[in-house]
Amino acid sequence: MSEVAEASVTMPAKRRVAQLAMLAFAVAIVMGAYANVGLAMGGAIPSGMLTYGLGLGALMLAAYLVLARFAPWADPLILPLVTLINGLGLVMIFRLSESPSTLPSAKLASPSTQLMWTFVGILMFSLTLIFLRDHRALQRLTYTAGAVGLILLISPLTPFLGQEINGARIWVGIPGVGQIQPAEFAKLALVVFFAGYLVAKRDVLALAGRRLLFIDLPRARDLGPVLITWGVSLGVLVMQKDLGSSLLLFGTFVAMLYIATQRSSWVIIGILLFVGGAIMAGMLFNHVQQRFNVYLNPGDPVLFDAVGGSAQLMQGLFAMGSGGILGTGLGQGHPELIPLAFSDFIFPATGEELGLTGLMALLMMYALLVERGLRTSVAARDPFSKLLAGGLSFLLAWQVFIIVGGVTNLIPLTGLVTPFMSQGGSALLSNWILIALLVRMSDAARKPPPQAIQNEGMTQVFQR
Amino acid sequence: MNGPIKRAAVACLAMFALLMINVNVLQAINAGKYRDDARNTRNYYDRYAVQRGRITAGGKVILAQSKEAKGDFKFLREYPEAELYAHLTGFFSPESASAIEASQNKMLDGSSPDLLLQRGIDLFTGEPTRGANVDLTINPKAQKAAYDALKQSGKRGAVVAMDPKSGAILAMVSLPTYDPGELSGTNKGQVFGRYDELAKQKSQPLLNRNIDRTYPPGSTFKVLTAAAFLEDDSSRDAQTVVDAPQVLQLPNTTAGLPNYGGAACGSGQVTLVFALEKSCNTPFGSIGMDLGYDKMNEQLTKFGAGQPLAVPMSVATSSFGEKEDQAAVAQASIGQRSVQMTPLQMAMIAAGIANDGTVMKPYLVNKITDAKGDALDEADPEEFSEAISSETAGKLRDMMVSVVANGTANRAQIPGVDVAGKTGTAETADGQPPHAWFISFAPANDPKIALAVLVESGAAKVGAEATGGGTAAPIAKVVMEAVLNQ
Repeated sequence: MSEVAEASVTMPAKRRVAQLAMLAFAVAIVMGAYANVGLAMGGAIPSGMLTYGLGLGALMLAAYLVLARFAPWADPLILPLVTLINGLGLVMIFRLSESPSTLPSAKLASPSTQLMWTFVGILMFSLTLIFLRDHRALQRLTYTAGAVGLILLISPLTPFLGQEINGARIWVGIPGVGQIQPAEFAKLALVVFFAGYLVAKRDVLALAGRRLLFIDLPRARDLGPVLITWGVSLGVLVMQKDLGSSLLLFGTFVAMLYIATQRSSWVIIGILLFVGGAIMAGMLFNHVQQRFNVYLNPGDPVLFDAVGGSAQLMQGLFAMGSGGILGTGLGQGHPELIPLAFSDFIFPATGEELGLTGLMALLMMYALLVERGLRTSVAARDPFSKLLAGGLSFLLAWQVFIIVGGVTNLIPLTGLVTPFMSQGGSALLSNWILIALLVRMSDAARKPPPQAIQNEGMTQVFQR
Repeated sequence: MNGPIKRAAVACLAMFALLMINVNVLQAINAGKYRDDARNTRNYYDRYAVQRGRITAGGKVILAQSKEAKGDFKFLREYPEAELYAHLTGFFSPESASAIEASQNKMLDGSSPDLLLQRGIDLFTGEPTRGANVDLTINPKAQKAAYDALKQSGKRGAVVAMDPKSGAILAMVSLPTYDPGELSGTNKGQVFGRYDELAKQKSQPLLNRNIDRTYPPGSTFKVLTAAAFLEDDSSRDAQTVVDAPQVLQLPNTTAGLPNYGGAACGSGQVTLVFALEKSCNTPFGSIGMDLGYDKMNEQLTKFGAGQPLAVPMSVATSSFGEKEDQAAVAQASIGQRSVQMTPLQMAMIAAGIANDGTVMKPYLVNKITDAKGDALDEADPEEFSEAISSETAGKLRDMMVSVVANGTANRAQIPGVDVAGKTGTAETADGQPPHAWFISFAPANDPKIALAVLVESGAAKVGAEATGGGTAAPIAKVVMEAVLNQ
């Protein structure tokens, strides 16, 4: 695992100018998209474009300056990618709110709130970078993070505070502020916990037990942690009816377990446990069963007309079909016909107006972001950083897969936000903190190592 | 730890690859299936996304226009003249359209290939595409006069008038009617509910009685029988004497063919013009039998019956009926039994006689202009058929003038104008009141208008029996005056 540092390590370039140029390009694309919406829908460049565009530009410049000062070696691609995705989300929400329709998707879209939350998100991003100078400090908070994560996760179940919206009890109402989705923050705390915990226990968990067909099974007594996480995930599913978070949490844990132990048996055990849990949930709960029926027969007329049936999913598919390869153009389709087009279904809404072309570009941006995160994980110098960066990156990829796969009927639909695009403060905030953590770790990983003092007796500087 | 991280990276890439493949399947391969799904209401919103062109009459009166709207729909269709032009404009409902709205749809919504160049220019200049405007040949005064007069009779019926020299339709009214605005709203439930209501009504307000259905023409058909008789031998004329018994014996049947009300027709030997003036049945039944089925059918075909016709709405086929025995020919020759005519076909017979024997193809669309007013298409009158020689036409014209001046159609007289016409009273089922008909044209020496009026066996005023001379002729008079006095 350890390698002797070589004196002639090739120094990663900071590429700050390139980053600034890409950032400017991302903001320019978003401003162009705003203008496009305004021209298509009102025949004029929207009056708020300068506010939105310059606002976003100023925010990103501030984020860039913080990054340049406090994490100068960070991966130059991460911030511009997030800026562009976040900006496109803002444009889609703006576009939905401009629709003259009286449908809820048009009425409930609120670009000004989303811009405000983007501002708070970038503030959190900056504060994280400024105050968390060394992310390894988090390793000392392993069990605190675990406890905080668990408390956040179950907080919607507290009487009076917890609220049930659209059938899922995942909200906590805070008087004077509104509702927050604690699960969004819980996932960050839990990934920190998983990373710290697995670093400590990975050697034990990697011990081989019995061998069954080519696979080394872990020892039975080491099954504890995976069973507990499984239990918590099922608890979330049962008590809060939140399929998405449950799947997100468990999948991320299994992936991190695999990265920590290199044992594919954990992945197989994880999948088996998940399938077992899903079948059980399907038999016990009607809504899980119905989601599965909808997945298999989305076009079925009976399911289409049923309450909580396939109508929402089909509206998304209609939107994507109507958009076709090039899309209708921003402001020229009818994304407001899709229920929740501003949140869970923002992906098909984007697909209608930007077409297959736009969605491929969007998926490519997510993929790039995830791979830059994983690259950080590979380059990181200590196991905790590797696990944390790997876990956060996988979390992002897994979340995109679950929600985008769900709304495009690749997998059964479970509700989750589309990172950085969907309307909602909690998710935006937690994802910006996630990005700050990745940026912090990528800065640490790319920073040139302290010069080894060579030829000083037998002392050798080891690099982990 | 880098090994599993790299494998996790590959797994993430695989997830994104799956998402990308799936999106391609949805938006490229299966896109059509989702786009065209009946439950995809986008297609229905798109109907209202384009500013459809106007439909006008006589170049000035607006019959249908699209007004910009606030809300879910960009443009809403309105019909300022409402019921008056319902059967001409038709309606533009969330899922269908009728009449001109349907037949000129591609022009009105701008999707026609004729507008391709304009659409290309719009794309570059950023102008929204607008549909072309359709101007109808209708004379608004004549239309209004026809509507009011027919409405006053309180009965169902049809009036169609055309310019005999060009074929341009000057008026087309069918009663009862409906308000196309009610069927062109965007509220599907409301529109379809109203449509079902109208479609179920016994009086069939959705039907354009001028072209959508046929009726027995009654005595107006004697004009055609006379035409066949004159064409058969050019030496015959108005003064040719024909047999006119009180009851015409029909072969192979005990039933005879009487005159109207069983009356005698002159002395039993009358001139052709007298038989037409008094609308005797027996001479024309006998003429029809003498000429035979084939000659009668041929003459009717020469006036255009049986040929496919669109004005541009397609017109129901008029026909002399299947070939049966001589008795059937006798009855058909006075416009009863198997003979079935649309009011438009009857107007075409009048127009053919007025236009020296040549029937012009009837048409409704006068001109199509793009949004800027440049003409895309203008009506080009064309001959539909050569029905009779100009000599025969001249003889028939004089006889029809005599019918109005001296005969059953005196209520169609217009001071200072020679009006040519023929009444008809078609019996339907036994005990049912008859349909009243009138066909005419004026002025006889230089015809400006030819028309047919049909008043259906009246359910409206029970007891008041309609006759061609009493009910239909006054309506025709008003319409002719509206055209001639302007």
